[in-house]
Amino acid sequence: MLRVLLLTLSVVAVADAELCKPDAQNAFKVRLSIKTALGDNAYAWDANEEYLFKAMMAFAMRKYSRKSTTQISNVLLCNVTDRVSFWFVVTDSSKNVSTVPGSEVEAAIRMNRHRINNAFLLSDKTLQFLKITSTLSPPVEPSTPVWLIVFGVVLCLIVAGIVLLVVTGIRKHKKKNKESTERENLEEKGEVTVTVENGIPCEALDFKAGHVNGVFAADDERFTSL
Amino acid sequence: LLRLSLPSKPGWRGAMEKSRPLWDNPLQFVFACISYAVGLGNVWRFPYLCQMYGGGGFLIPYLIMLIVEGMPLLYLELAVGQRMRQGSIGAWKIISPYLCGVGVASVVVSFFLSMYYNVINAWAFWYLFHSFQDPLPWATCPLNSNRTGYEEECEKTSSTQYFWYRETLNISPSLEDSGSIQWEQALCLMLAWLVVYLCILRGTESTGKVVYITASLPYCVLIIYLIRGLTLHGAVNGLIYMFTPKLEQLSNPKTWISAATQIFFSLGLGFGSLIAFASYNEPSNNCERHAVIVSLINSTTSIFASIVTFSIYGFKATFNYESCINKVILILINAFDLEEGSVTADNLSDVKEYLMATYPQEYAQLSPQLKNCSLEAELDTAVQGTGLAFIVYSEAIKNMEVPQLYSVLYFVMLLMLGIGSMLGNTAAILTPLTDSKAITARFPKEVISGAVCFINCVIGLTFTMEAGNYWFDIFNDYAATLSLLLIVLVETIAVCYIYGIRRFEKDLHGMIGRKPNWYWKIMWAFASPLLIVPELQRIFSPLQGQLVTKDYPSYALAVIGLLVAASTMCIPLGALVTFIRKRLKRERTLPPSSATGPCWKTAATIICSSYL
Repeated sequence: MLRVLLLTLSVVAVADAELCKPDAQNAFKVRLSIKTALGDNAYAWDANEEYLFKAMMAFAMRKYSRKSTTQISNVLLCNVTDRVSFWFVVTDSSKNVSTVPGSEVEAAIRMNRHRINNAFLLSDKTLQFLKITSTLSPPVEPSTPVWLIVFGVVLCLIVAGIVLLVVTGIRKHKKKNKESTERENLEEKGEVTVTVENGIPCEALDFKAGHVNGVFAADDERFTSL
Repeated sequence: LLRLSLPSKPGWRGAMEKSRPLWDNPLQFVFACISYAVGLGNVWRFPYLCQMYGGGGFLIPYLIMLIVEGMPLLYLELAVGQRMRQGSIGAWKIISPYLCGVGVASVVVSFFLSMYYNVINAWAFWYLFHSFQDPLPWATCPLNSNRTGYEEECEKTSSTQYFWYRETLNISPSLEDSGSIQWEQALCLMLAWLVVYLCILRGTESTGKVVYITASLPYCVLIIYLIRGLTLHGAVNGLIYMFTPKLEQLSNPKTWISAATQIFFSLGLGFGSLIAFASYNEPSNNCERHAVIVSLINSTTSIFASIVTFSIYGFKATFNYESCINKVILILINAFDLEEGSVTADNLSDVKEYLMATYPQEYAQLSPQLKNCSLEAELDTAVQGTGLAFIVYSEAIKNMEVPQLYSVLYFVMLLMLGIGSMLGNTAAILTPLTDSKAITARFPKEVISGAVCFINCVIGLTFTMEAGNYWFDIFNDYAATLSLLLIVLVETIAVCYIYGIRRFEKDLHGMIGRKPNWYWKIMWAFASPLLIVPELQRIFSPLQGQLVTKDYPSYALAVIGLLVAASTMCIPLGALVTFIRKRLKRERTLPPSSATGPCWKTAATIICSSYL
């Protein structure tokens, strides 16, 4: 009796070893980067974590195929390294000594990738199924590009500034023209006494800028030196 | 007032002339000069030169050239502008009627410069507007069409280079494929020109207020960046690398010529902008003191900016070096299933040796992927120009905390620097135009400024095409370099030998109240012109003696020739035209009548020749 039991166990073990080995058919390599993801909160990879992994794989297979036949014992792990990488296969209990096709396993994992990642507190990058490429999520794009909005705001401000300056300039110019024509009219009628200095009306003298009197332009050569 | 027939002197304007607009106070003038001189070259050219020509040792030729060439030439231009109180064309006409071509050449060069320089402001606006996003658009590569990975172009280079070359410029493979105008860049260019128009609209009235901001804001940002830069991880590596003097470079003549050229172009001599700014000064303004102040501030800013740049370089190089090391470590632990954290930067070489010995075959397979990471190689990548400003800096910014803030600050600083220089350029074009009675009588100042901005904007649209960056490089390399050196050479010789250094001395005495001392006179008469000659020589390639070293198609070469000829030919053409006009006038005013005696004839000749 014992011998039969031992024999069955060894056969099963050999069969398992046959099914799960690196680069076996329908086997996937998994690589975890726990320290990179969690830093100081990293947990150690031990038999309990492996049990969780098997459970998650069984869960994924059940959800995908909607058959409640996949058991934890159907998921075989092997070649666990220090990196924390290992190979696994999912066996099919209905058909003896065979593995579930890789495409089914891949589809199941893709469907439940998010749940699997969360179970281990990892992400697509830190829990890698080497043959299964993950589709990257595109960045969120608003309907109008942000830069156009900022551009619009700045443009409106600048155009408003230009219009303001141009309009005030035109107004000042018109006022000056009106004043000078008024004064000319009044001068013709001889009614306005305009204070005049040397033939230049006082208002025209811009006191800020000064007015260079050409006769006294600095010209040392015309004066005899002492 | 009696109109005496005196030779036309500056300040003699007759009775009812409108007075010239002035700066509100001398501080506005200094700020305007600083704002003009301190430009993008201080940020992106000087650090490159420092790196190429001996690090800290480069400061020696730089400072010597500043004192020997920069200050005297700057003082000369400011004095000419302040004395003649006209833009470049009028000022040189007064010095000698045959030199009106020099003024015209300055205006032409300024025109070319403003055409392409504002495109940089457009790019700065583009980056500024894109800084209001999280994450920054140049931080990550975009995904490819089936979302399995990143865009191939982006993978091969880096996300910042991809953003610059593909999303900003959308650059075509070569000059020949012009491509279409990028509407986004065209919009930014239009905005840049509108901003410039807003600032120059009212002349010195508006420019004087704007330069307070454009001159001071860059310093605020540089200080913030200095503090941030020095506290970045790895900044010290960059600083050590930069300031370690490699004194053997001092024996290389290229070092000295590069220092001279950098001082020359950094101060913006020869464009006519400094003459234009100085012409709005009070005649008694102390331009000697201002010349010294402006040139010192310009050089100090260059050194300051290069400290900031090198701390940023150090940070970026360290970051890339550490990423490279981490990538190699990841490849090794993935391939050989080693425990995470067992391989670090310190034991990497030991581990590599061990693996090479124990698993020779697998290691050999991997070795093409295992790059040799070197910090020196990262630091050695010397970049200048738009590459430094838009690629290196944005790469460093994306790795900082709160990158949006630093990005906005940085691009606002670039904008201030660029707009400050543009104000000077447009002043150089507009001042001679507004000085001319024929034009101001017909059109108000606002219309003239608007027309200049509009024409420049339309021509500038060429640089927004897909091949625009190639044209930009052409303009950058050839539009101003040769012409400016010739213009300033002619200017110095004209003032010293044609106008006469004694007369110039007296003018300065009249303005400032004291004569320039012997140092200035020696520099103007001998040193500065002598220094310009080797710079001229250097522009021509030492191998074949030709100006253009790159391989351009024929129409591009034609454009280059046109650019150089349009400005340099003005100088001899101006002299020729004046000579011809003089001859014609002399023949016209001397009718062959018998009533005129010899005395009347000579008197008439004197009057005519002096009224030109």
